[in-house]
Amino acid sequence: MDTTQIADAPPPTPQPSAGEQKRAARGATRPGDRIFLGLSRGSGILLLVIMAAIAGFLTYRAVLAISKDEGNFLTTFEWNTGVNPPVFGIAVLAYGTIVSSIIAMVIAVPVAVAIALFLTHYAPRRLSGPIAYVIDLLAAVPSIVYGLWGALILVPNLNGLFGWLNDYLGWTGIFDWQGGAARSMLTVGILLAIMILPIITNVSREVFRQVPQMHEEAALALGATRWEVIRMSVLPFGRSGVISASMLGLGRALGETMAVATVLSPDFLIHASLLDPGGGTFAQNIASKFSEATEFGRDALIASGLVLFVITLLVNGAARAIIARRKEYSGANA
Amino acid sequence: MAKRIDVSGLNAYYGSFLAIEDISMTVEPRSVTAFIGPSGCGKSTFLRTLNRMHEVTPGGRVEGKVMLDDENLYGTGIDPVAVRREVGMVFQRPNPFPTMSVYDNVAAGLRLNGSYKKSQLDDVVEKSLKGANLWNEVKDRLNKPGSGLSGGQQQRLCIARAIAVEPKVLLMDEPCSALDPISTLAIEDLIGELKERFTIVIVTHNMQQAARVSDRTAFFNLAAVGQPGKLIEIDDTERIFSNPSVQATEDYISGRFG
Repeated sequence: MDTTQIADAPPPTPQPSAGEQKRAARGATRPGDRIFLGLSRGSGILLLVIMAAIAGFLTYRAVLAISKDEGNFLTTFEWNTGVNPPVFGIAVLAYGTIVSSIIAMVIAVPVAVAIALFLTHYAPRRLSGPIAYVIDLLAAVPSIVYGLWGALILVPNLNGLFGWLNDYLGWTGIFDWQGGAARSMLTVGILLAIMILPIITNVSREVFRQVPQMHEEAALALGATRWEVIRMSVLPFGRSGVISASMLGLGRALGETMAVATVLSPDFLIHASLLDPGGGTFAQNIASKFSEATEFGRDALIASGLVLFVITLLVNGAARAIIARRKEYSGANA
Repeated sequence: MAKRIDVSGLNAYYGSFLAIEDISMTVEPRSVTAFIGPSGCGKSTFLRTLNRMHEVTPGGRVEGKVMLDDENLYGTGIDPVAVRREVGMVFQRPNPFPTMSVYDNVAAGLRLNGSYKKSQLDDVVEKSLKGANLWNEVKDRLNKPGSGLSGGQQQRLCIARAIAVEPKVLLMDEPCSALDPISTLAIEDLIGELKERFTIVIVTHNMQQAARVSDRTAFFNLAAVGQPGKLIEIDDTERIFSNPSVQATEDYISGRFG
């Protein structure tokens, strides 16, 4: 624009006031927009309020219980809330929860990733559809059904495996078997592995299916075999997705209640051997004791539930950190 | 080391659909051959039959013979994986491995083929990046992700990755169509240098590009949508763009259709 044009321009229209300008910048507001804004903002705030209320209530009850605990809440191997003074601690529960979940992850993640790779890259299409459907069905089975199956079928049939582990790996101590019923941490871990397998498989399968064709072709054109394509293109691209999938599975394993309570013979000891019956998990302990607990006993169980909550938060944080650490290498920016 | 390609009676299918029909041509070593033609005429499909990438597509199937010197790529007992190590490919969109560094991208093909000492890999990576005119731009960030480069640099990185394994033939499927004019010029200059060492086949929609970079040009066309694509003629580029022997070629080049 040159100066003569400005000189010839018609006189400017009166400047709108500051308030009008602000409104104009936001665009015209319609009643529908305002209602929806209010609804969505309200829902968000309501969620935060409910979360804060739950956290506040649980923390209050937990503090009530822990302040009267005669033992050390974190290290005591006992759960006596009915006696005076009460003595209880979460050491055994924390150990059992973490160990059974680790066993479940060690078994389930490799198998789930292998199934997902098979379905996306090896199986003929006619086969992969039905298999994926069956795996979806597995995810829909209620956990009590898994528990019953575990107690009635899995436990009696594990003696062979336990004997074999004892024979060949018994010297390590953690696979030492005294011949008791197979209602131990390893049993729980195996059952949890079966339960979390479908969710890890399904999410991994989705992720592997979304690997861009051009990344796979890049590897193929270099003379990569099918497995090398998977190693160079599919797994790196799907890495963060597989971690997320595993965290979903881990969340379920950490919080699983009925199935664990059904197959485990709980006690309040940490057993060196994974094959010894006994031990316990947070969720299993709450489920077994809650109905017969006194008011104070319930507070103590709530305190243990809070610890589980904190563990879950830590695990999720760790997973996010792992994913974020190599963000610049993630497939998302390509 | 560059090899001659001799195609005879080649048909390619997608399922039961015949995409290209009865193609025969010879591609001379140490030259650039350009494929031109309207969209859907099968030139990219044909390109992908030259390193057995066509059969990666579900339903993809090929009949006929592709001789690389005296070896039929579709002969019995030929491993497609081995073929692709001899016939490299650069794609339309730059596709460096997003999870790998610049260095690892270039070394990826070598690492597939066997184990090398670090010093050997260093040499090949430097040589390939220099060969792709990229070395000066990336030598200080070899360990940064390859996906952090600009589009033109990424495409040259892909070329470096392809030539690092010393293929006999280099196929390029519209390598500049996702790039700006300056990056395009860089790639075209590079093609001129690379033809000293490799047999190059390039698919392009840009006829000026075909005229600029190629020694021979093949024109593909199809009678109608749903009909298979065919090779109309192949000749010296100069001849195709000045005095083609088929009317359809002249119509296409002069912009009267397509």
